[in-house]
Formats: sequence, C-alpha cells, structure tokens
Amino acid sequence: MAGHVFHPGHAELHGITVVLETNGAKTYVGRYDSEDAAGVHLLDVGIHDLSTAAGSKDDYIRKSAKFGIRAEHKHVVVPAAEVARITRLAEVPV
Amino acid sequence: MPYNPALVAPMRAEMTRMGARELTTAVEVDAAIGDQKGTMLVFVNSVCGCAAGNARPALSLALKHPVRPNEVVTVFAGQDLEAVVRARQYFGEYQPSSPSMALLRDGEVVHFVHRHQIEGRSPQVIAADLTAAFDRFCGAEV
Repeated sequence: MAGHVFHPGHAELHGITVVLETNGAKTYVGRYDSEDAAGVHLLDVGIHDLSTAAGSKDDYIRKSAKFGIRAEHKHVVVPAAEVARITRLAEVPV
Repeated sequence: MPYNPALVAPMRAEMTRMGARELTTAVEVDAAIGDQKGTMLVFVNSVCGCAAGNARPALSLALKHPVRPNEVVTVFAGQDLEAVVRARQYFGEYQPSSPSMALLRDGEVVHFVHRHQIEGRSPQVIAADLTAAFDRFCGAEV
C-alpha cells in the first residue's frame, strides 16, 4: 500500500478502513483518521474483545470484511504503544 | 444535517446521467425494492470525494458491460435520510456504509460492495469486480 495517498494532504491511511490489532485483548476495525501524541484515531469503530466475545478474532475480522463493520463507537483513540499491527480491511479474504 | 443541495446536485446528476433512478423517500424505496423481481443495483451515494468520487465512475463503466442489472436505483446518504434508512433495511445483515452498492436479485442481496472495498481503488478495478458480479448474477442462466 506504500506510495498511495487516498486523501492528499493526510496520512497514507487517512480515510481507509483498517484492522488495528493490539498487544492486548482488543482488535479494532474502523476508518483510520490520524495519529498524534494520544495515539491512533479511528472513526466508526467496531471492537472485538477476546475477554468478552463469543467468537474468535479471526471470525470477527472475516465477518467485518464480508458484511461490513458494526460500528459501536464514533471515535476511538488507541495508544500507539498498544498497536501491534494495522492492515487494510479490504486485504482480508472474504 | 444534510449538505447544501447545491453541493450535491452534481453528484446526483452523475448518477441519473448513467441511468440510475433516484429514490428520495421511504415510499419510493418500498415501491422500488419492496416487491423487487429480477436484478437491481442499489447505489448508496455519498459526498465523500475520494470514495464516492471513484465509485460513481466505476458504476458508470460497469454499466457499459453487456450483462448488467435490470435496473439501477440510488439513494443519497446524508441527504435523503429516510430513503437511505429504508433502503438499508433491505440489505439484511450487511452493515451500513457509504458509498456502497448492493446487487439484489428477487429482493435478496447477492453481492455487496462496501466502502472499504472502494477506498483507494481505481474506478477500473471497482468496475471489474462489479462486472464479474453482473456476469454471475445478472445473466440469463442464473
């Protein structure tokens, strides 16, 4: 994905729907907005929490790719130190 | 709050020029989709310049394909609020996003293009996915 800026003047992933995996129990699926000192800002976000969810993280990501995101939060900030990996949802096979 | 109608007028016109029928009320949506037979593509339009700015040309390209849906209709997210809410009720478990496209056959969603499948992709690539779906679901032998 390097080199393509979807919204000129913004970060490479600005406006792109991503899967943000953390070092903890939570995985976020939402639209990447920006990153600052507070962390990564996501919009229209669904969250999978391993500690409470019935299904697996992989199933959650796959269902989000196929059926879309059940957005439960308008805006979430994930501290940069918690971010393990960010990938485009569109890259998830459905 | 809906955007200024003057701002979105060109985005509406782009859809009607390619033959899409605008649905602006829940009544119009029910009349079009409620007892839908054959194939229909529902385009959820959006003001997002980058995603919808690629999705509309993509659909225009795809509609030049010899196999295509019987009808194309469009609702405008953030504009025709009631119509969009009602249209999404026909999309089953597919979550709302805009822009997006639902291909229906006899009232059932058989193919869905989410916003995340539009972001950052060229109209040609999106159109190729659409025409593959048209071939699969809109041909005579389905």
